[in-house]
Amino acid sequence: MESIQFRKPETVDEAVKLLQGADGDARILAGGTDLLVQLRAHMIDPGVIVDIKSIAETRELTKNDDGSYTIGAAVAGAEAHERDDITADWPGVIEAWDLIGSTQIQGRASLGGNLCNASPAGDSVPAMVAAGMTANIAGPDGRRTLPVEKITAGPGKTNLKKGEFIVSFNLPAKPSNGGDAYLRLIPRTEMDIAVVGCGAALTLDESGTVTSAKISLGAVAATVLVVEDAAKAIIGTKLEPEAMSALDAACQAACNPIDDKRGTVEYRTKVAGVLGRRVVSIAANRAGKN
Amino acid sequence: MAKHHISMTLNGEPTEFLCSTRQTLLDVLRDELNLTGSKEGCASGDCGACSVMVDDRLVCSCLVLGAECDGKTVESIEGMADGENLHPLQQKFLEEAALQCGICTPGVLVAAKALLEKNNNPTETEVRYWLAGNLCRCTGYDKIVRAVMSTAADMRGDAK
Repeated sequence: MESIQFRKPETVDEAVKLLQGADGDARILAGGTDLLVQLRAHMIDPGVIVDIKSIAETRELTKNDDGSYTIGAAVAGAEAHERDDITADWPGVIEAWDLIGSTQIQGRASLGGNLCNASPAGDSVPAMVAAGMTANIAGPDGRRTLPVEKITAGPGKTNLKKGEFIVSFNLPAKPSNGGDAYLRLIPRTEMDIAVVGCGAALTLDESGTVTSAKISLGAVAATVLVVEDAAKAIIGTKLEPEAMSALDAACQAACNPIDDKRGTVEYRTKVAGVLGRRVVSIAANRAGKN
Repeated sequence: MAKHHISMTLNGEPTEFLCSTRQTLLDVLRDELNLTGSKEGCASGDCGACSVMVDDRLVCSCLVLGAECDGKTVESIEGMADGENLHPLQQKFLEEAALQCGICTPGVLVAAKALLEKNNNPTETEVRYWLAGNLCRCTGYDKIVRAVMSTAADMRGDAK
């Protein structure tokens, strides 16, 4: 178990070569808030730890000319939260990221880590999915881009191939009548793992009719879900009571949760519908204020 | 594998050490550099007793590898007082007895100092949220929060 190599590449190519050529398990280190806990608990026994934070692309947080954002995979939550532009454009993404852990954890925890740790309850993931974020992946065959919802394969598992890692994310430009939101249910007020999490992003036309929507649920299945039926239930409506009931039912129907100490199947399913309603209401309010 | 030779700035002083990959910054501070002010409570980032600043960012030193720290600037509790002169937070914690057993205190002080440098007029709610990652098992939170609020008022020069 000893003699883990530690490498700190300065380029993407160098990182890919290290990951590809690794004897045994290779682990990416960004914020380390999951990796170091797993290392300490002997849940993992890597041959090499690759610290990607010396690669400039993993640390950038840029608003591009078209209004979209490039967010490095290793940017810490506290760094994003301090930025007025992204916080104003995508409050749902930022509030989800900001819910992960304490001030100390926020100083390190990254979107790349939260996604690739592949917990079904990762708070940032439903918000990233709802916002339409994509992951920029580097690997032995070059670069590719995948929607965030295609990254996880199940608890603790991703669809990344050997030698691949996420360098950065693209967050689309905020649509002119768009709003997003994220809520989770936990038994305490702070610092706990979601029983259910729900992210939503939508756009309204001038009359207040929903013109597009994307709704995502976390912690109710093996991976974060995109609930297309929930979006369909509200597109073309002004979120009248019937539309909200249909949305609630669609969120519940999408659930395939586990029973555990945090919540039963029945409870998680019911809460998914409630959070769906609340998140959509908040996102619509935000969209209406543009 | 050979140990990593790391150079960092610790409490204003250039510092070098050797560490293995598995050693955290907390292990390095306590076991290699004999700075035992930072405490190991949980070793999983939950309790905040090991709080330090790395490049001006509040972190748990148990969740940072020593090997990551090459070229970094680290501030631990040992750098908080200026010689014999306590930092205003340290002085206030003594005056107001904002501690019982003292294990959480170094981490609380480092975290509270980071807050006051960012926001010298925090609300009680802001103090409580900021310090939510610093657990005190003597349940002394009210005194801690009062001491932080009171230090902030002193540092702003508010009339009593």
